[in-house]
Amino acid sequence: MIKLTHVSHVFAGRQGEVHALDDITLEVRRNELVTLVGRSGCGKSTMLRMVAGLLRPSSGTVTVAGEPVGKPRQDVSFMFQRAALLPWRTVLDNVLLPVEILRLDRAAKRRRAHELLELVGLAGFEKRLPHELSGGMQQRASLCRSLIQDPLVLLMDEPFSALDALTREELSIELQRIRMEQEMTIIFVTHSIEEAVLLADRVAVLSPRPGRLRKIVDVDIPRPRTLGRNAYADRVAEVSAELHELLMPAPIASEGAV
Amino acid sequence: MTAARRSGSRVARRLVDWGLPVLGLAALVALWWLATIVFSIEKFLVPAPDDVVEAFIGQAGFLMEQTWVTLLETVQGFAVAVVVGIPTAMAIASSRLLEKMIYPLLLAVNAVPKIAIAPILVVWMGFGPVPKIVMVFLLCFFPIVISTATGLKSTPAELTELVRSYDASRLQVFFKVRFPYALPQVMVGLKTAISLAVIGAVIAEFVGADAGLGFVIVQSGASADTPLAFAAMALLGVISIVLFYGLNALEKVILPWAEENR
Repeated sequence: MIKLTHVSHVFAGRQGEVHALDDITLEVRRNELVTLVGRSGCGKSTMLRMVAGLLRPSSGTVTVAGEPVGKPRQDVSFMFQRAALLPWRTVLDNVLLPVEILRLDRAAKRRRAHELLELVGLAGFEKRLPHELSGGMQQRASLCRSLIQDPLVLLMDEPFSALDALTREELSIELQRIRMEQEMTIIFVTHSIEEAVLLADRVAVLSPRPGRLRKIVDVDIPRPRTLGRNAYADRVAEVSAELHELLMPAPIASEGAV
Repeated sequence: MTAARRSGSRVARRLVDWGLPVLGLAALVALWWLATIVFSIEKFLVPAPDDVVEAFIGQAGFLMEQTWVTLLETVQGFAVAVVVGIPTAMAIASSRLLEKMIYPLLLAVNAVPKIAIAPILVVWMGFGPVPKIVMVFLLCFFPIVISTATGLKSTPAELTELVRSYDASRLQVFFKVRFPYALPQVMVGLKTAISLAVIGAVIAEFVGADAGLGFVIVQSGASADTPLAFAAMALLGVISIVLFYGLNALEKVILPWAEENR
């Protein structure tokens, strides 16, 4: 579904060139959820923006559904770290923003918007303004907005990272539920190992400066997954530990000791 | 029960909102009155409040006519400033080139004391309402342009990126996101401008006019009719307050979201 082939990216920084990504090759299969994990500055968001068509790679190619990505596509939607709701629009109108810009069928999408809001537990809040909602509710509305165009691909850039831990887990579980209902290919950027293990079919681990693909870890734990006590706690712990080792620099001693 | 209490507290809040300014005004007038009596100040120097009220009642019709003249000049000049200023700000905000070209010019023009231009305006345009409208425009234009341009340039990156991810056209980006986002900032500019607008009208009337409250003040100064001048000044104050709070009320109606976001 999504294919990155020998993708590199160089930013013109203030002190010369910055190699954000170096020779990344990654394929995400249809309906798969791949999480990108890595420390800050490893180019996770850059990769996502390339798939979204918001940024062009310096070299290499990115394709979605077999077509090279030139500009943003209607069947690819993007969810940001912050809810990015328009403060003057009601929740419902915010969800319908893409419908207006992309000129989709309003009546049908209106019904769909109500369905989606119901699905994420925002029924009854359609007419509220964003500032009347909590952070978690805002991000739920934002999720509805990114689903309204029935995307084939959903790109999520640390969408839950600004929320408290419990809300975050709740939303992760909701996302799993939505995936069961609707087929979607998802790339999910996070710096949380927990989140990566909870959601992913595969975890792509990136190393920073320049961003390189360090390893791809398969997560074959049955769903739905939760963080609490469950039958697969051992497996969750095992994968988490592996990711942890990959992300931490080899000798831990010097940095942690104060 | 709770509903009753809530509406009760709303009444109380109204009382505070309206009562306190009135109380402040009453205290000031009382002090002023007291001062004129205690120091037995001459009427032509500082008239007591009752002298002013008397002057007002004596020439109420005349004063209302002059108030109308000044109000009209103020509102017209302000309206022209809005109509010219907002598109100018859009141009500045949309193009770096234009910004670099226009901005220093704007600053330079704004730095010229407007009162210095007033006599020239009279030479150019005579004693009618036009030079007053132009003067009001000159004072209002700058704050409107600056605030609007600032507002248009303050769109958060995540909102711009969001609409870009729908491959939105420049027009769509502008009307769906940038302009509405700038509106609270535009209102700040309008409120600054409206307070300057009345000043602009009066400056222009001082220099050369045959009508308006500024004209009344100049005339009554010449004939030492200070109570009439005070009455005219009070009316100027009323115009300012009404226009300012009118804008405030308009903002509350059309931008109910703004207060929570800034």
